[in-house]
Amino acid sequence: MNVLVFVGIHTLLAVALNLLLGYAGQISLGHAAFFGLGAYGSAILSTTYEWNPWLAMLVVALAVGGFAFAIGFPILKLKGHYLAMATLGMGIIVYIVFNEWIDMTEGPSGFSGIPNLELGPLVFDSDLKNYYLVWTFVLGCVLLSVNLANSRIGRAFRAIHDAEVAARVMGANARLLKVRVFALSALICAIAGSLYAHVMTFIAPPSFGFNISVELLTMVVIGGLGSIYGSFLGALLLTMLPEFLRFMHDYDIVFYGGLLMLMTIFMPGGLVRGIPDLFRKIAGLRNKKGDAHA
Amino acid sequence: MELGNQVLQYLLSGLSTGAIYALIGIGFSIIYNATGIINFAQGEFVMLGGMLTLFLMETLKLPLWAAIPLAVLLATLVGLVFERLAIRPLSKASPISLVIITIGGSILIRGLSMLIWDKDTHALPPFSGDEPIMIAGATVLPQHFWILGITVVLIGLNKWFFSHTISGKAMRACSYNPRAAGLVGIDVRRMVLLSFVISAAMGSLAGIIVAPLTMTSYDVGVMLGLKGFCAAIIGGMSSGIPTVIGGLILGVLESLGAGLISSGYKDAIAFVILLLILFIRPQGLFGKPESERV
Amino acid sequence: MLELKGITQIFGGVTALDDVSFSIHANQVTGVIGPNGAGKTTLFNIVTGIYQQTSGQVIFEGKDISGIPVERLAAKGMVRTFQNIELFGQMTVLENVMVGLHSRSKSGLFACSFKAPWAIKEERRIREEAHEWLRFVGIEQLAEVQAANLPFGKGRMLEIARAMACRPRMILMDEPAAGLNSQETVGLAELIRKIRDLGVTVVLVEHDMELVMDICDRIVVLNLGRKLAEGTPREIQDNHEVIAAYLGDDE
Repeated sequence: MNVLVFVGIHTLLAVALNLLLGYAGQISLGHAAFFGLGAYGSAILSTTYEWNPWLAMLVVALAVGGFAFAIGFPILKLKGHYLAMATLGMGIIVYIVFNEWIDMTEGPSGFSGIPNLELGPLVFDSDLKNYYLVWTFVLGCVLLSVNLANSRIGRAFRAIHDAEVAARVMGANARLLKVRVFALSALICAIAGSLYAHVMTFIAPPSFGFNISVELLTMVVIGGLGSIYGSFLGALLLTMLPEFLRFMHDYDIVFYGGLLMLMTIFMPGGLVRGIPDLFRKIAGLRNKKGDAHA
Repeated sequence: MELGNQVLQYLLSGLSTGAIYALIGIGFSIIYNATGIINFAQGEFVMLGGMLTLFLMETLKLPLWAAIPLAVLLATLVGLVFERLAIRPLSKASPISLVIITIGGSILIRGLSMLIWDKDTHALPPFSGDEPIMIAGATVLPQHFWILGITVVLIGLNKWFFSHTISGKAMRACSYNPRAAGLVGIDVRRMVLLSFVISAAMGSLAGIIVAPLTMTSYDVGVMLGLKGFCAAIIGGMSSGIPTVIGGLILGVLESLGAGLISSGYKDAIAFVILLLILFIRPQGLFGKPESERV
Repeated sequence: MLELKGITQIFGGVTALDDVSFSIHANQVTGVIGPNGAGKTTLFNIVTGIYQQTSGQVIFEGKDISGIPVERLAAKGMVRTFQNIELFGQMTVLENVMVGLHSRSKSGLFACSFKAPWAIKEERRIREEAHEWLRFVGIEQLAEVQAANLPFGKGRMLEIARAMACRPRMILMDEPAAGLNSQETVGLAELIRKIRDLGVTVVLVEHDMELVMDICDRIVVLNLGRKLAEGTPREIQDNHEVIAAYLGDDE
């Protein structure tokens, strides 16, 4: 049950990254930073300053979104590798701040004592309740993403991908749109972070480092860029597999690396496109065999 | 005068780490100029240099002067294999795929190293003892001289290679215009392979000469690689003097910052510089701005 | 309506345009012609904000628009089509035109995600108007076809529909007749007339002389980066310099 809560949180993160990667075509290697900012933000506000956790979550989400919007402009001016490096750099700087600003974050030993979320008489303190909590948010997020995809904004993005100059002639401000999606993506990650903090009641910097950013990237790549269902699939797979491979704990880093490479070479569209393609190929082969006999 | 001595100390140690960053940065630039790819796995070649030397010395009981060339050879081989298996099949892939695959490769190499060896940090013996030498009130170790000396030699070799050998000139031709280079008979794919070979060799050597000072472990490549990249960015992705200057500037600023301001945030300094350069002057301090052609 | 003053464009060592000045009058169809290499497309790209001229001014409806980024020109009333028809191939014909309405709609990221009532209403309006424009150019029956699968002639019509959806006051077409057969060209001529009758100013860069002489109210001739002549089709046809520049090209 606990695992499913994590699958939910990872799905939220993967969908958020997917929005950026799939629609805006921009890569981010620092998304764990937004996750961490949401977690620490909520943790600090609701524990140290005793804010209402829901209010804290909202404020933190908006703040992180705003922060992403601001740095989005210079960052999204960059392309390809430079963009990746810039997001990486940002992620690492934020991670170092988590570790070093001990007054606020308690540093490497972690921040504990975070309250559970409450809704009236209902306290989210069990796996089951947290499961419903997290998945409600996931569903909401997926719905929002689907709405967005079918809207004027989603169209504008698809147009930018297809023929950027023509899209701009039609008035689609590619740069502004990309920055907005970056901000939205960061906001969703921050919410995921807040949820994580309240569910775990304890957070520490390693959960928000570069490795996590890479894990998220792997989930999105495996599932398939631009596909919401793919993100879910990727999140599911990469969250559940370590559970089954518990005994292979040290092997997971090799596993991610190998998986990333194999998927990029052989199944660049991710599982969402790769598996149907595979079936099609097998069906094709069978047809050929049939013809040969006939 | 205490402060003066301290500053000199930081300056000198900064120069030597800067030299390492310069070497790593040149490795990035060579591959980038030949292929347009940022090789995220560059840092791992650096790591392999140190770890392989250690392995050869401790397990195979080879003396230092034999272990070093062999380690460089092995690391270069890894670079070759990496290029063949991961890069070549993706010659037509999107920038995102290329970024992802080099990230995957870097994780894979790191993971395998962790499995083959272990997670501990190890020290490599210094090349000629560790008796500190006093220069104008600052303490310098013999290893620092090795670092600076070998760096100068490598950079000299590099320069000579690119301006006076056919292969070097061919590689430069490829970086300016791969198609034209191909048309005049240069085997572009060979040049790509060569670029990986040279970068892996330089990177691993850099890792070896710095290991006696900063220890080595399976994950030392991440930070070193990123900082080397930063040096390359400052130098505008040149494989010559600008990147060297970039590395030295970075090393000195980092050292001064760590010593005079705060050592916890030391790593953040490099990334703040990286972000600043990427935002304000992405072509580096010495490059020309790129013009957009429609 | 559009005034070009002293437009000079130098690329490296090449002077593509040298002090080109002329005016485009409202509610007319103006053709810009000239032999290959005359600088027509460069001029086009400068006017439509894709290049920045080395010197000179582009004045649209009284205001200098040089340096204004491409994406803001649609809102200012200027739109263009491309010689190689830049369609959004992965989207349907209808969706392509709906993108054309982007500059005339406002629902933002949050309104769209949360399906705000005004966003839903706007979406409906966008869809309806897109259908209207498809009807205008005569391809409404192809609304659900994927744009990449369209035959070239229909693709050209789609591009025009998409551009018209911006409700521009001026539309610039880059070689609209390129790749069309004679029947399709006749259809294009009729369409351009319809557009002019709607009150939209049309500027064409074109090689097809029959089309140009047929529908243009005014013609500007460029040669080797300079303006050679300006006038009505009759005047241009009788102009010796123009004939010499084309050296036997068909009328």
